[in-house]
Amino acid sequence: MNLSPDVTRIVVELKERFGDRLDAVRADRPDEVYFDAKMDLVAGFCAHLYKHWDARLAGVFADDVRESEKVFHLYYLFALDAVHAFFILRVPVPAAEPEFTSLANAVPAVSWQEREIQDLFGVKLIGHPNPRRCALHDDWPNVHPLRKDFDLRTELPAFTGERHKLREVEGEGVFQVPVGPVHAGIIEPGHFRFSVAGEPVLHLQIRLFYTHKGTEKLFESLPVTHGVQLAESVSGDSGFAHATAFCHALERAAGVGVPARARVLRSVCLELERLYNHIGDLGAIATDVAFAVANMHAMRLKERVLRVNEQLTGNRLLRGMACPGGVRFDWDASQIKALENLIAGLGPEFDSLVELIENSSSTRDRLEGTGILTPEIASDLGVVGIAGRASGFNHDLRRDFPHAAYDRVKVQVPVYQVGDVEHRMQVRIDEVREALALIRQFIADLPAGPLRVDFGDLPAGRTALGYVEGWRGEIFHWIRTAPGGRLARCKVKDPSLQNWPALSHAILGNIIPDFPVVNKSFNLSYSGTDR
Amino acid sequence: MFEILRKSLATGVVTTRYPATPAEVSSQARGKPEIDFANWKDARAAAAICPTGAIACSDADGVRTASLDLGHCIFCGLCAETDNAIRMTSRCELAARSRGSLKSTAQYQLRSDGTHEKMLAGDAAKNTGFIRGASRPTGEESFAALGEKLKARVHRVLGRSLHIREVDAGSCNGCEIEIVGLNSPVYDVERFGIHFVASPRHADMLLVTGPVTRNMELALKKTYDAMPEPRLVVAVGACGCGGGIFGVNYATRGGVDQVIPVDVYIPGCPPNPHALLHGLLTAMGRLD
Repeated sequence: MNLSPDVTRIVVELKERFGDRLDAVRADRPDEVYFDAKMDLVAGFCAHLYKHWDARLAGVFADDVRESEKVFHLYYLFALDAVHAFFILRVPVPAAEPEFTSLANAVPAVSWQEREIQDLFGVKLIGHPNPRRCALHDDWPNVHPLRKDFDLRTELPAFTGERHKLREVEGEGVFQVPVGPVHAGIIEPGHFRFSVAGEPVLHLQIRLFYTHKGTEKLFESLPVTHGVQLAESVSGDSGFAHATAFCHALERAAGVGVPARARVLRSVCLELERLYNHIGDLGAIATDVAFAVANMHAMRLKERVLRVNEQLTGNRLLRGMACPGGVRFDWDASQIKALENLIAGLGPEFDSLVELIENSSSTRDRLEGTGILTPEIASDLGVVGIAGRASGFNHDLRRDFPHAAYDRVKVQVPVYQVGDVEHRMQVRIDEVREALALIRQFIADLPAGPLRVDFGDLPAGRTALGYVEGWRGEIFHWIRTAPGGRLARCKVKDPSLQNWPALSHAILGNIIPDFPVVNKSFNLSYSGTDR
Repeated sequence: MFEILRKSLATGVVTTRYPATPAEVSSQARGKPEIDFANWKDARAAAAICPTGAIACSDADGVRTASLDLGHCIFCGLCAETDNAIRMTSRCELAARSRGSLKSTAQYQLRSDGTHEKMLAGDAAKNTGFIRGASRPTGEESFAALGEKLKARVHRVLGRSLHIREVDAGSCNGCEIEIVGLNSPVYDVERFGIHFVASPRHADMLLVTGPVTRNMELALKKTYDAMPEPRLVVAVGACGCGGGIFGVNYATRGGVDQVIPVDVYIPGCPPNPHALLHGLLTAMGRLD
């Protein structure tokens, strides 16, 4: 495998430094290098990559391979953005009395993911600051759904009520405000428990996984062609991004390249998804500070994008467009004309909307300095995407790991340090303008050629990481293939899972009436988190 | 303030006149799949490619039973790519008052080579609209007329308005995007006196999305129990109607009617705002 000189240099250094303690090193792709080691190396390997190579731990997940190899595998996914490579550390966990050592004290970013592994695989977590149930609620029986000997259709006793003991905050005048899982607005379910003294929030505990649907387990029972439709339903607002990340993983496993035209159409669709969500969020942020007129204009513009989505892909949320090896539908001259008209019309309309919001001093007063997430906390929690970039996170997979057709353009990534609601909104404003510019560039130079490549049978026993920078942040689909065109494992990581804990920090010291706008400025997916 | 008014006046009225005018969907939109049941030769390929089992096919005693269930359909269009007897239409107004009426079944004589011939029986023939060129069912009032009668009905039965509480019982949030769209100036659901409210105690109707996860089952029941009578329940989307691509598994119950009684089903993945509006109007007609 041809690794770049930068990546080779790091691999050589790691081999020298860790010597025999690295059992194997294997580069599957120029940007995907696997390392095998034992559990006792994880903390040292992680610390070394963080300190010397500016890496970040972008994910932790597990796989049950007890049948063939008598162990569970843990995977630690490191992103080395500067050299455009993912390093993946694979660690075996013995099947008898399985346990693993937590990294959460050193890298709080993996706290929820480690707890999820404990719940779904039954691998005991050692040394975690809060090793309680997370993905499976406390009333669930002692089952571990992602183990291979657990049947997808297992019938469990009905849910009898929440038994999770929430953290108490004590003191004179301190009281709790419970919110959810059924909320007041038209949003997804989750439970928020505020501890407040007067109006300022002292503590916020977030309980999620109400929408857990067994998605990752379900991937293992579907043929991969149906997996695309399932990926579209991981998080509806990011349906195209998830489906494309899933297809990306399949294509990498099969070792096939996607035709140029399909790659450009994919990028255009990803930017359309970014457009309709960002514009909608701008309106929703305005609503939550009682500026309804701005929301009405935003919803009007969002509707325009959705209608063009329908003209281009047959579905307002771009469903059905993604397929392994390319895209399903080509665009004729009239469809491209509709897209051009949308982009031309949206530019000035969007500027006018932004002006409306910026000229409203009462609106700005509510947004400035509200819900601050400091770059230090954002970095500790590994916050990605919009929320990350408003708090100093200078990464975007479109620029650092160019996928789809992003190698054809230069993506400008807005980064701010303030981390308040206003700057999370500003990131969106900048990204809408960038998306319009990118779509213009893509359609001005639309390559001809086939729409998809047929890669025949998916080879068994391969692993591959698919990734996409969705509108909310980085999306990963990691797969291990099985015989018969099926998957033995599909790990799905939505940026929401990474970002939710940050909300508990951003709200501290703010008043409860500001929670909706702070929450909306993150706009995290419950379904993408819970799966 | 002047600028806000100027912008609003310059924008003008953007609200659709639906249902007085037809749904504004593009010709590319994938709505209801139509199967030419009478000339269908082989249902196996379409059934195999269907991700949710909306198209099903089973053989027994020389008879093949083939069916299309719109309640399960996610409108991906894979069947139409596979089978010439199926084509995707852009028709999106599919809401029904019973789960069964979303399903069409036909029986065929099975041939030795695995294909089938000669339609023997089935409601597919009488269920008009499933056969090309067929007209709408007779006796069913047009939706334009339904819309006309709406204000009077709402006024009579539910006072001055219909109040809706939305519950996400495990959806992917796709349905929520379109439900939120009902409140946009383009669809403006309040022109019918329909409001979304914050509490089930204020609601006449529960609008439910998602396959009903194990973790949301109790919350859904409690929300339903908190509503005053008379109350309506509308199941939204492929997941709400029948579990969608998630179906029934260790974490999902497979649809809203597995947990609480449902008055109207709105197919779609997700149903667009026109389809939702059509479903709400259908539900309100039931209050006669």
